[in-house]
Amino acid sequence: MKNIIAVFLKQLSDTLKNKTVLIQFAMFPVLVIVFENAVKLEDMPEHFFARIFAVMFVGMAPLTCMSAIIAEEKEKNTLRVLMMSNVKPAEYLVGVGAYVFVMCAFGTAVFAAVGGYTGADLALFVGVMSAGIILSELTGAVIGVFSSNQMTATSITVPVMAIFSFLPMLSMFNDTIKAAARVTYSQQLSELINGIGVSEISAESMIVISVNLVIAVALFTMAYRKKGLE
Amino acid sequence: MNCAIRTEGIVKSFGSRTVLDGIDLDIKGGEIFGLLGPSGAGKTTLIKILTGQLTQDSGTSYIGRKDTRKLTGADHKRFGITMDNFGLYDRLSCYENLLTFARIHGLPKSSITDALAKVGLSDAAKTPAGKLSKGMTGRLKLARAFMTDPDILFLDEPTSGLDPVSADEIHRIILSEKARGKTVFLTTHTMTEAEKLCGHIALLNEGKIVEYGSPEEICRRYDHQRMLKIHLSDGRDMELPHNSDAAAALSELIVSGRAETIHTTEPDLETVFMELTGKELSA
Repeated sequence: MKNIIAVFLKQLSDTLKNKTVLIQFAMFPVLVIVFENAVKLEDMPEHFFARIFAVMFVGMAPLTCMSAIIAEEKEKNTLRVLMMSNVKPAEYLVGVGAYVFVMCAFGTAVFAAVGGYTGADLALFVGVMSAGIILSELTGAVIGVFSSNQMTATSITVPVMAIFSFLPMLSMFNDTIKAAARVTYSQQLSELINGIGVSEISAESMIVISVNLVIAVALFTMAYRKKGLE
Repeated sequence: MNCAIRTEGIVKSFGSRTVLDGIDLDIKGGEIFGLLGPSGAGKTTLIKILTGQLTQDSGTSYIGRKDTRKLTGADHKRFGITMDNFGLYDRLSCYENLLTFARIHGLPKSSITDALAKVGLSDAAKTPAGKLSKGMTGRLKLARAFMTDPDILFLDEPTSGLDPVSADEIHRIILSEKARGKTVFLTTHTMTEAEKLCGHIALLNEGKIVEYGSPEEICRRYDHQRMLKIHLSDGRDMELPHNSDAAAALSELIVSGRAETIHTTEPDLETVFMELTGKELSA
Protein backbone atom coordinates (compact mmCIF):
# COMPACT_ATOMS: atom_id res chain seq x y z
CA MET A 1 0.00 0.00 0.00
CA LYS A 2 2.85 2.42 0.81
CA ASN A 3 4.17 2.04 -2.73
CA ILE A 4 0.77 2.92 -4.19
CA ILE A 5 0.60 5.98 -1.93
CA ALA A 6 4.16 6.97 -2.88
CA VAL A 7 3.31 6.81 -6.59
CA PHE A 8 0.03 8.67 -5.97
CA LEU A 9 1.74 11.46 -3.99
CA LYS A 10 4.54 11.70 -6.53
CA GLN A 11 1.96 12.30 -9.24
CA LEU A 12 0.14 14.79 -7.03
CA SER A 13 3.39 16.78 -6.56
CA ASP A 14 3.78 16.82 -10.33
CA THR A 15 0.25 18.06 -11.11
CA LEU A 16 0.82 21.80 -11.15
CA LYS A 17 4.18 21.41 -12.89
CA ASN A 18 2.99 19.09 -15.66
CA LYS A 19 1.05 21.34 -18.02
CA THR A 20 0.20 18.47 -20.40
CA VAL A 21 -1.70 16.71 -17.65
CA LEU A 22 -3.01 19.80 -15.88
CA ILE A 23 -4.68 21.17 -18.99
CA GLN A 24 -6.51 17.88 -19.51
CA PHE A 25 -7.94 17.94 -16.00
CA ALA A 26 -8.88 21.62 -16.09
CA MET A 27 -9.95 22.35 -19.66
CA PHE A 28 -13.49 20.95 -19.81
CA PRO A 29 -14.46 21.85 -16.21
CA VAL A 30 -13.44 25.45 -16.94
CA LEU A 31 -15.14 25.41 -20.36
CA VAL A 32 -18.41 24.11 -18.93
CA ILE A 33 -18.56 26.91 -16.39
CA VAL A 34 -17.90 29.49 -19.11
CA PHE A 35 -20.30 28.02 -21.68
CA GLU A 36 -23.15 27.32 -19.25
CA ASN A 37 -23.01 30.91 -18.06
CA ALA A 38 -22.15 32.69 -21.30
CA VAL A 39 -24.03 30.81 -24.04
CA LYS A 40 -27.83 30.76 -24.03
CA LEU A 41 -29.47 29.56 -27.27
CA GLU A 42 -33.15 29.25 -28.04
CA ASP A 43 -34.50 25.66 -27.62
CA MET A 44 -31.20 24.55 -26.11
CA PRO A 45 -31.79 21.69 -23.63
CA GLU A 46 -31.16 22.53 -20.01
CA HIS A 47 -27.53 22.06 -18.97
CA PHE A 48 -26.66 21.06 -22.53
CA PHE A 49 -22.98 21.94 -22.18
CA ALA A 50 -22.64 20.17 -18.84
CA ARG A 51 -23.86 16.93 -20.43
CA ILE A 52 -21.86 17.12 -23.65
CA PHE A 53 -18.66 18.35 -22.03
CA ALA A 54 -18.88 15.74 -19.27
CA VAL A 55 -18.71 12.96 -21.85
CA MET A 56 -15.91 14.68 -23.75
CA PHE A 57 -14.03 15.10 -20.46
CA VAL A 58 -14.41 11.41 -19.64
CA GLY A 59 -13.27 10.38 -23.13
CA MET A 60 -10.27 12.67 -23.09
CA ALA A 61 -8.73 13.46 -19.68
CA PRO A 62 -8.23 10.01 -18.09
CA LEU A 63 -7.16 8.43 -21.38
CA THR A 64 -4.63 11.12 -22.29
CA CYS A 65 -3.25 11.45 -18.77
CA MET A 66 -2.74 7.73 -18.21
CA SER A 67 -0.97 7.22 -21.53
CA ALA A 68 1.14 10.38 -21.12
CA ILE A 69 2.24 9.56 -17.57
CA ILE A 70 3.17 5.93 -18.31
CA ALA A 71 4.90 6.76 -21.60
CA GLU A 72 6.93 9.55 -20.00
CA GLU A 73 8.07 7.27 -17.18
CA LYS A 74 9.10 4.63 -19.71
CA GLU A 75 10.91 7.11 -21.94
CA LYS A 76 12.86 8.67 -19.07
CA ASN A 77 13.56 5.33 -17.40
CA THR A 78 12.11 6.51 -14.10
CA LEU A 79 9.75 3.55 -14.24
CA ARG A 80 12.72 1.18 -14.21
CA VAL A 81 14.06 2.96 -11.12
CA LEU A 82 10.69 2.49 -9.41
CA MET A 83 10.67 -1.20 -10.35
CA MET A 84 14.23 -1.56 -9.00
CA SER A 85 12.95 0.02 -5.78
CA ASN A 86 10.54 -2.86 -5.36
CA VAL A 87 7.45 -1.11 -6.72
CA LYS A 88 5.36 -3.80 -8.39
CA PRO A 89 3.85 -3.02 -11.81
CA ALA A 90 0.34 -3.42 -10.37
CA GLU A 91 1.16 -0.99 -7.54
CA TYR A 92 2.44 1.56 -10.02
CA LEU A 93 -0.61 1.28 -12.25
CA VAL A 94 -3.00 1.47 -9.30
CA GLY A 95 -1.12 4.50 -7.93
CA VAL A 96 -1.26 6.37 -11.23
CA GLY A 97 -4.83 5.20 -11.87
CA ALA A 98 -5.97 6.38 -8.43
CA TYR A 99 -4.32 9.75 -9.00
CA VAL A 100 -6.01 10.22 -12.38
CA PHE A 101 -9.33 9.07 -10.91
CA VAL A 102 -9.13 11.53 -8.02
CA MET A 103 -8.19 14.41 -10.31
CA CYS A 104 -11.05 13.51 -12.65
CA ALA A 105 -13.36 13.33 -9.63
CA PHE A 106 -12.81 17.07 -9.14
CA GLY A 107 -13.90 17.59 -12.74
CA THR A 108 -16.90 15.35 -12.17
CA ALA A 109 -17.85 17.48 -9.15
CA VAL A 110 -17.77 20.59 -11.34
CA PHE A 111 -19.97 18.95 -14.00
CA ALA A 112 -22.37 17.70 -11.33
CA ALA A 113 -22.66 21.15 -9.78
CA VAL A 114 -23.06 22.95 -13.10
CA GLY A 115 -25.45 20.26 -14.35
CA GLY A 116 -27.63 20.73 -11.28
CA TYR A 117 -27.73 17.05 -10.31
CA THR A 118 -29.08 16.20 -6.87
CA GLY A 119 -30.13 13.09 -4.92
CA ALA A 120 -30.48 9.89 -6.94
CA ASP A 121 -29.69 11.72 -10.18
CA LEU A 122 -26.41 12.88 -8.67
CA ALA A 123 -25.56 9.34 -7.56
CA LEU A 124 -26.30 7.99 -11.04
CA PHE A 125 -24.29 10.78 -12.70
CA VAL A 126 -21.30 10.08 -10.45
CA GLY A 127 -21.63 6.34 -11.14
CA VAL A 128 -21.75 6.84 -14.90
CA MET A 129 -18.80 9.24 -14.82
CA SER A 130 -16.79 6.85 -12.62
CA ALA A 131 -17.39 3.96 -15.00
CA GLY A 132 -16.30 6.15 -17.90
CA ILE A 133 -13.17 7.35 -16.10
CA ILE A 134 -12.12 3.77 -15.32
CA LEU A 135 -12.72 2.64 -18.90
CA SER A 136 -10.76 5.58 -20.30
CA GLU A 137 -7.97 4.98 -17.80
CA LEU A 138 -7.70 1.37 -18.96
CA THR A 139 -7.61 2.49 -22.59
CA GLY A 140 -4.94 5.07 -21.77
CA ALA A 141 -2.95 2.44 -19.85
CA VAL A 142 -3.05 0.15 -22.91
CA ILE A 143 -1.57 2.95 -25.03
CA GLY A 144 0.99 3.87 -22.36
CA VAL A 145 2.14 0.29 -21.91
CA PHE A 146 2.27 -0.30 -25.65
CA SER A 147 4.26 2.88 -26.38
CA SER A 148 7.99 3.08 -25.72
CA ASN A 149 8.06 6.88 -25.66
CA GLN A 150 5.85 9.94 -25.42
CA MET A 151 5.81 10.65 -29.15
CA THR A 152 4.47 7.20 -29.95
CA ALA A 153 1.94 7.51 -27.15
CA THR A 154 0.71 10.88 -28.42
CA SER A 155 0.37 9.65 -32.00
CA ILE A 156 -1.85 6.78 -30.81
CA THR A 157 -3.70 8.71 -28.11
CA VAL A 158 -4.92 11.56 -30.31
CA PRO A 159 -7.07 9.52 -32.74
CA VAL A 160 -8.32 7.16 -30.01
CA MET A 161 -9.19 10.06 -27.74
CA ALA A 162 -10.89 11.89 -30.63
CA ILE A 163 -13.09 8.86 -31.31
CA PHE A 164 -14.24 8.46 -27.72
CA SER A 165 -14.54 12.19 -26.99
CA PHE A 166 -16.12 13.56 -30.11
CA LEU A 167 -18.29 10.72 -31.44
CA PRO A 168 -21.09 11.40 -28.91
CA MET A 169 -21.23 15.04 -30.01
CA LEU A 170 -20.95 14.26 -33.73
CA SER A 171 -23.64 11.60 -33.45
CA MET A 172 -26.14 14.35 -32.62
CA PHE A 173 -25.79 15.58 -36.20
CA ASN A 174 -25.52 12.37 -38.20
CA ASP A 175 -27.47 9.13 -37.87
CA THR A 176 -24.77 7.00 -39.50
CA ILE A 177 -22.24 8.24 -37.00
CA LYS A 178 -24.76 7.68 -34.26
CA ALA A 179 -25.28 4.06 -35.34
CA ALA A 180 -21.54 3.45 -35.44
CA ALA A 181 -20.96 5.25 -32.15
CA ARG A 182 -23.41 3.01 -30.29
CA VAL A 183 -20.69 0.37 -29.86
CA THR A 184 -18.46 2.80 -27.96
CA TYR A 185 -18.71 3.25 -24.21
CA SER A 186 -18.58 7.03 -24.52
CA GLN A 187 -21.73 7.11 -26.68
CA GLN A 188 -23.50 4.91 -24.14
CA LEU A 189 -22.28 7.13 -21.31
CA SER A 190 -23.67 10.11 -23.21
CA GLU A 191 -27.04 8.40 -23.56
CA LEU A 192 -27.03 7.44 -19.89
CA ILE A 193 -26.24 10.99 -18.83
CA ASN A 194 -28.86 12.44 -21.16
CA GLY A 195 -31.36 9.94 -19.75
CA ILE A 196 -30.81 10.87 -16.11
CA GLY A 197 -34.15 11.87 -14.66
CA VAL A 198 -35.84 11.08 -17.97
CA SER A 199 -35.52 7.38 -18.71
CA GLU A 200 -34.38 4.12 -17.15
CA ILE A 201 -30.89 2.73 -17.63
CA SER A 202 -31.03 0.71 -20.84
CA ALA A 203 -29.80 -2.84 -21.09
CA GLU A 204 -28.00 -1.92 -24.31
CA SER A 205 -25.91 0.68 -22.49
CA MET A 206 -24.94 -1.77 -19.78
CA ILE A 207 -24.04 -4.48 -22.29
CA VAL A 208 -21.97 -2.14 -24.50
CA ILE A 209 -20.13 -0.69 -21.51
CA SER A 210 -19.46 -4.19 -20.14
CA VAL A 211 -18.18 -5.41 -23.51
CA ASN A 212 -15.98 -2.31 -23.81
CA LEU A 213 -14.62 -3.06 -20.34
CA VAL A 214 -13.83 -6.67 -21.24
CA ILE A 215 -12.12 -5.56 -24.46
CA ALA A 216 -10.09 -2.90 -22.59
CA VAL A 217 -8.97 -5.43 -19.96
CA ALA A 218 -8.07 -7.95 -22.68
CA LEU A 219 -6.10 -5.35 -24.65
CA PHE A 220 -4.32 -4.23 -21.49
CA THR A 221 -3.39 -7.81 -20.63
CA MET A 222 -2.08 -8.37 -24.15
CA ALA A 223 -0.10 -5.11 -24.17
CA TYR A 224 1.33 -5.80 -20.72
CA ARG A 225 2.33 -9.36 -21.60
CA LYS A 226 3.97 -8.18 -24.78
CA LYS A 227 5.67 -5.02 -23.55
CA GLY A 228 5.57 -5.09 -19.74
CA LEU A 229 6.40 -1.83 -18.02
CA GLU A 230 9.98 -1.61 -19.28
CA MET B 1 36.04 -9.26 4.44
CA ASN B 2 33.54 -11.70 2.96
CA CYS B 3 33.00 -12.02 -0.74
CA ALA B 4 30.35 -9.44 -1.64
CA ILE B 5 29.87 -10.28 -5.30
CA ARG B 6 30.76 -13.50 -7.07
CA THR B 7 30.16 -14.66 -10.61
CA GLU B 8 31.01 -17.99 -12.18
CA GLY B 9 30.95 -18.53 -15.91
CA ILE B 10 28.36 -15.87 -16.73
CA VAL B 11 27.27 -16.05 -20.35
CA LYS B 12 24.76 -13.68 -21.91
CA SER B 13 23.83 -13.37 -25.56
CA PHE B 14 21.45 -11.11 -27.42
CA GLY B 15 20.44 -12.93 -30.57
CA SER B 16 23.58 -14.29 -32.17
CA ARG B 17 25.83 -11.79 -30.36
CA THR B 18 27.52 -13.04 -27.20
CA VAL B 19 27.90 -10.03 -24.92
CA LEU B 20 29.34 -11.82 -21.89
CA ASP B 21 31.33 -15.00 -22.37
CA GLY B 22 32.29 -16.82 -19.18
CA ILE B 23 32.73 -14.05 -16.61
CA ASP B 24 34.32 -15.14 -13.31
CA LEU B 25 34.69 -12.52 -10.57
CA ASP B 26 35.28 -12.47 -6.83
CA ILE B 27 34.80 -9.07 -5.28
CA LYS B 28 35.55 -8.61 -1.62
CA GLY B 29 33.33 -6.61 0.69
CA GLY B 30 34.47 -3.04 1.41
CA GLU B 31 36.50 -2.55 -1.76
CA ILE B 32 35.99 -0.47 -4.87
CA PHE B 33 36.07 -2.80 -7.83
CA GLY B 34 36.38 -1.37 -11.32
CA LEU B 35 35.18 -3.05 -14.49
CA LEU B 36 36.96 -1.39 -17.38
CA GLY B 37 36.22 -1.76 -21.01
CA PRO B 38 35.32 0.19 -24.11
CA SER B 39 31.71 1.01 -24.97
CA GLY B 40 29.82 -2.13 -25.87
CA ALA B 41 32.21 -4.42 -23.97
CA GLY B 42 29.36 -5.75 -21.79
CA LYS B 43 29.87 -3.70 -18.60
CA THR B 44 26.28 -2.50 -18.29
CA THR B 45 24.96 -5.96 -19.15
CA LEU B 46 26.95 -7.42 -16.25
CA ILE B 47 25.58 -4.78 -13.84
CA LYS B 48 22.06 -5.56 -15.03
CA ILE B 49 22.62 -9.26 -14.35
CA LEU B 50 24.10 -8.60 -10.92
CA THR B 51 21.19 -6.35 -9.97
CA GLY B 52 18.51 -8.69 -11.25
CA GLN B 53 17.47 -6.55 -14.22
CA LEU B 54 18.58 -9.26 -16.64
CA THR B 55 19.00 -12.99 -16.36
CA GLN B 56 22.11 -14.68 -17.66
CA ASP B 57 21.88 -17.50 -20.19
CA SER B 58 24.22 -19.65 -18.10
CA GLY B 59 26.55 -19.38 -15.12
CA THR B 60 25.83 -18.19 -11.61
CA SER B 61 26.09 -14.85 -9.88
CA TYR B 62 25.72 -14.04 -6.21
CA ILE B 63 25.32 -10.93 -4.12
CA GLY B 64 26.53 -12.19 -0.77
CA ARG B 65 25.01 -15.66 -0.71
CA LYS B 66 21.96 -14.73 -2.74
CA ASP B 67 21.61 -15.90 -6.34
CA THR B 68 20.92 -12.75 -8.36
CA ARG B 69 18.18 -14.57 -10.27
CA LYS B 70 16.26 -14.86 -7.01
CA LEU B 71 16.63 -11.32 -5.70
CA THR B 72 13.62 -9.99 -3.80
CA GLY B 73 12.54 -6.49 -2.89
CA ALA B 74 14.32 -6.76 0.45
CA ASP B 75 17.54 -7.70 -1.37
CA HIS B 76 17.21 -4.68 -3.65
CA LYS B 77 17.24 -2.50 -0.55
CA ARG B 78 20.77 -3.79 0.16
CA PHE B 79 22.22 -2.22 -2.95
CA GLY B 80 22.09 1.17 -4.56
CA ILE B 81 22.32 1.57 -8.32
CA THR B 82 23.06 4.47 -10.59
CA MET B 83 23.00 3.91 -14.29
CA ASP B 84 23.39 6.57 -16.91
CA ASN B 85 19.92 5.96 -18.31
CA PHE B 86 18.20 5.88 -14.91
CA GLY B 87 16.09 9.00 -15.03
CA LEU B 88 14.97 11.57 -12.52
CA TYR B 89 11.64 13.34 -12.29
CA ASP B 90 12.68 16.51 -14.09
CA ARG B 91 9.80 18.69 -12.91
CA LEU B 92 10.12 17.65 -9.27
CA SER B 93 12.70 19.25 -7.01
CA CYS B 94 15.72 17.33 -5.75
CA TYR B 95 13.94 16.99 -2.41
CA GLU B 96 10.70 15.74 -4.00
CA ASN B 97 12.63 13.24 -6.13
CA LEU B 98 14.17 11.72 -3.02
CA LEU B 99 10.92 12.02 -1.06
CA THR B 100 9.24 9.59 -3.47
CA PHE B 101 11.90 6.98 -2.77
CA ALA B 102 11.95 7.71 0.95
CA ARG B 103 8.22 6.89 0.98
CA ILE B 104 8.77 3.71 -1.03
CA HIS B 105 11.54 2.53 1.28
CA GLY B 106 9.75 3.68 4.42
CA LEU B 107 12.56 6.05 5.38
CA PRO B 108 12.23 9.15 7.57
CA LYS B 109 12.42 12.57 5.94
CA SER B 110 15.75 13.15 7.66
CA SER B 111 17.21 10.55 5.26
CA ILE B 112 16.50 12.95 2.40
CA THR B 113 18.34 15.88 3.93
CA ASP B 114 21.17 13.54 4.94
CA ALA B 115 21.47 12.17 1.40
CA LEU B 116 21.40 15.65 -0.13
CA ALA B 117 24.04 16.86 2.33
CA LYS B 118 26.24 13.86 1.58
CA VAL B 119 26.41 14.75 -2.11
CA GLY B 120 26.59 18.51 -1.52
CA LEU B 121 23.14 19.32 -2.87
CA SER B 122 21.54 20.78 0.26
CA ASP B 123 21.37 24.23 -1.31
CA ALA B 124 19.71 22.82 -4.42
CA ALA B 125 17.02 20.91 -2.52
CA LYS B 126 14.23 23.02 -4.06
CA THR B 127 15.71 23.11 -7.57
CA PRO B 128 13.84 21.03 -10.16
CA ALA B 129 15.96 18.08 -11.22
CA GLY B 130 15.59 19.11 -14.86
CA LYS B 131 17.40 22.37 -14.15
CA LEU B 132 20.49 20.79 -12.57
CA SER B 133 23.85 20.71 -14.32
CA LYS B 134 25.07 17.31 -15.49
CA GLY B 135 27.40 17.03 -12.51
CA MET B 136 24.63 17.87 -10.06
CA THR B 137 22.33 15.38 -11.80
CA GLY B 138 24.96 12.71 -11.29
CA ARG B 139 25.21 13.62 -7.61
CA LEU B 140 21.42 13.52 -7.19
CA LYS B 141 21.39 10.04 -8.71
CA LEU B 142 24.10 9.05 -6.23
CA ALA B 143 22.02 10.52 -3.39
CA ARG B 144 19.07 8.40 -4.51
CA ALA B 145 21.30 5.32 -4.56
CA PHE B 146 22.63 6.11 -1.06
CA MET B 147 19.24 6.69 0.55
CA THR B 148 18.75 3.18 1.89
CA ASP B 149 22.35 3.12 3.17
CA PRO B 150 23.03 0.07 0.98
CA ASP B 151 25.90 -2.34 1.54
CA ILE B 152 26.79 -2.47 -2.14
CA LEU B 153 26.78 0.33 -4.71
CA PHE B 154 26.62 -0.38 -8.43
CA LEU B 155 27.79 2.69 -10.30
CA ASP B 156 27.62 2.48 -14.07
CA GLU B 157 30.00 5.07 -15.51
CA PRO B 158 29.12 7.63 -12.83
CA THR B 159 31.40 10.33 -14.23
CA SER B 160 30.67 9.79 -17.91
CA GLY B 161 30.55 13.14 -19.71
CA LEU B 162 31.38 15.18 -16.61
CA ASP B 163 33.97 17.95 -16.37
CA PRO B 164 37.03 17.18 -14.19
CA VAL B 165 35.74 19.21 -11.22
CA SER B 166 32.38 17.41 -11.16
CA ALA B 167 34.11 14.06 -11.66
CA ASP B 168 36.45 14.82 -8.74
CA GLU B 169 33.44 15.63 -6.55
CA ILE B 170 31.87 12.27 -7.41
CA HIS B 171 35.19 10.50 -6.76
CA ARG B 172 35.27 12.12 -3.32
CA ILE B 173 31.76 10.82 -2.58
CA ILE B 174 32.62 7.31 -3.78
CA LEU B 175 35.80 7.22 -1.67
CA SER B 176 33.87 8.41 1.39
CA GLU B 177 31.43 5.51 0.90
CA LYS B 178 34.34 3.08 0.72
CA ALA B 179 35.70 4.58 3.94
CA ARG B 180 32.34 3.71 5.51
CA GLY B 181 32.89 0.07 4.55
CA LYS B 182 30.64 -0.02 1.50
CA THR B 183 31.42 -2.21 -1.48
CA VAL B 184 31.45 -0.33 -4.77
CA PHE B 185 31.15 -1.99 -8.18
CA LEU B 186 32.15 0.64 -10.68
CA THR B 187 32.20 0.50 -14.45
CA THR B 188 34.24 3.00 -16.35
CA HIS B 189 36.24 3.45 -19.49
CA THR B 190 38.42 6.07 -17.82
CA MET B 191 41.76 4.65 -16.83
CA THR B 192 42.65 7.47 -14.41
CA GLU B 193 39.36 6.97 -12.56
CA ALA B 194 40.10 3.28 -12.09
CA GLU B 195 43.66 3.96 -10.96
CA LYS B 196 42.47 6.61 -8.51
CA LEU B 197 39.56 4.71 -6.98
CA CYS B 198 39.80 0.98 -7.43
CA GLY B 199 41.46 -1.65 -5.28
CA HIS B 200 40.98 -4.23 -8.00
CA ILE B 201 39.98 -4.01 -11.61
CA ALA B 202 39.03 -6.31 -14.42
CA LEU B 203 39.62 -5.42 -18.06
CA LEU B 204 36.65 -6.52 -20.16
CA ASN B 205 36.88 -6.90 -23.88
CA GLU B 206 34.32 -8.45 -26.22
CA GLY B 207 32.59 -10.16 -23.32
CA LYS B 208 35.71 -11.67 -21.77
CA ILE B 209 37.86 -10.62 -18.85
CA VAL B 210 41.32 -10.25 -20.32
CA GLU B 211 43.12 -9.14 -17.15
CA TYR B 212 42.39 -8.92 -13.43
CA GLY B 213 44.22 -7.50 -10.40
CA SER B 214 45.06 -4.23 -8.72
CA PRO B 215 45.89 -1.42 -11.17
CA GLU B 216 49.48 -1.41 -9.92
CA GLU B 217 49.86 -5.17 -10.26
CA ILE B 218 48.53 -5.15 -13.78
CA CYS B 219 50.76 -2.31 -14.86
CA ARG B 220 53.80 -3.98 -13.29
CA ARG B 221 52.92 -7.24 -15.03
CA TYR B 222 53.15 -5.53 -18.40
CA ASP B 223 56.33 -3.58 -17.68
CA HIS B 224 58.35 -5.48 -20.25
CA GLN B 225 61.22 -2.97 -20.29
CA ARG B 226 61.75 -2.94 -16.50
CA MET B 227 63.78 0.28 -16.75
CA LEU B 228 64.12 3.49 -14.76
CA LYS B 229 64.05 6.74 -16.75
CA ILE B 230 66.00 9.50 -15.07
CA HIS B 231 65.97 13.15 -16.08
CA LEU B 232 69.21 14.77 -15.03
CA SER B 233 69.75 18.33 -13.84
CA ASP B 234 71.94 19.05 -16.88
CA GLY B 235 68.94 18.36 -19.15
CA ARG B 236 69.99 14.91 -20.32
CA ASP B 237 67.92 11.73 -19.90
CA MET B 238 69.30 8.35 -18.96
CA GLU B 239 67.95 4.87 -18.38
CA LEU B 240 68.94 2.29 -15.77
CA PRO B 241 67.69 -1.28 -15.37
CA HIS B 242 64.94 -1.58 -12.79
CA ASN B 243 66.78 -4.04 -10.56
CA SER B 244 69.46 -4.21 -7.86
CA ASP B 245 72.26 -3.75 -10.40
CA ALA B 246 71.29 -0.10 -10.74
CA ALA B 247 71.21 0.62 -7.00
CA ALA B 248 74.70 2.08 -6.71
CA ALA B 249 74.38 4.32 -9.77
CA LEU B 250 70.94 5.48 -8.75
CA SER B 251 72.09 6.20 -5.22
CA GLU B 252 74.97 8.29 -6.54
CA LEU B 253 72.67 10.30 -8.80
CA ILE B 254 70.27 11.04 -5.93
CA VAL B 255 72.97 11.87 -3.37
CA SER B 256 74.75 14.16 -5.80
CA GLY B 257 71.49 15.88 -6.62
CA ARG B 258 71.89 15.21 -10.36
CA ALA B 259 68.64 13.27 -10.68
CA GLU B 260 65.74 15.68 -11.17
CA THR B 261 63.02 13.09 -11.85
CA ILE B 262 62.92 9.29 -11.78
CA HIS B 263 60.19 7.28 -13.47
CA THR B 264 59.65 3.59 -13.99
CA THR B 265 58.69 2.35 -17.44
CA GLU B 266 55.49 0.69 -16.24
CA PRO B 267 52.77 1.17 -18.81
CA ASP B 268 49.46 2.74 -17.81
CA LEU B 269 46.20 0.79 -18.00
CA GLU B 270 45.35 2.27 -21.37
CA THR B 271 48.60 0.90 -22.80
CA VAL B 272 48.04 -2.49 -21.16
CA PHE B 273 44.56 -2.66 -22.60
CA MET B 274 45.88 -1.71 -26.00
CA GLU B 275 48.52 -4.43 -25.78
CA LEU B 276 45.93 -7.02 -24.80
CA THR B 277 43.23 -6.14 -27.26
CA GLY B 278 44.63 -3.82 -29.88
CA LYS B 279 41.92 -1.33 -28.89
CA GLU B 280 41.78 1.86 -26.87
CA LEU B 281 39.79 1.80 -23.62
CA SER B 282 38.00 5.01 -24.46
CA ALA B 283 36.98 3.74 -27.91
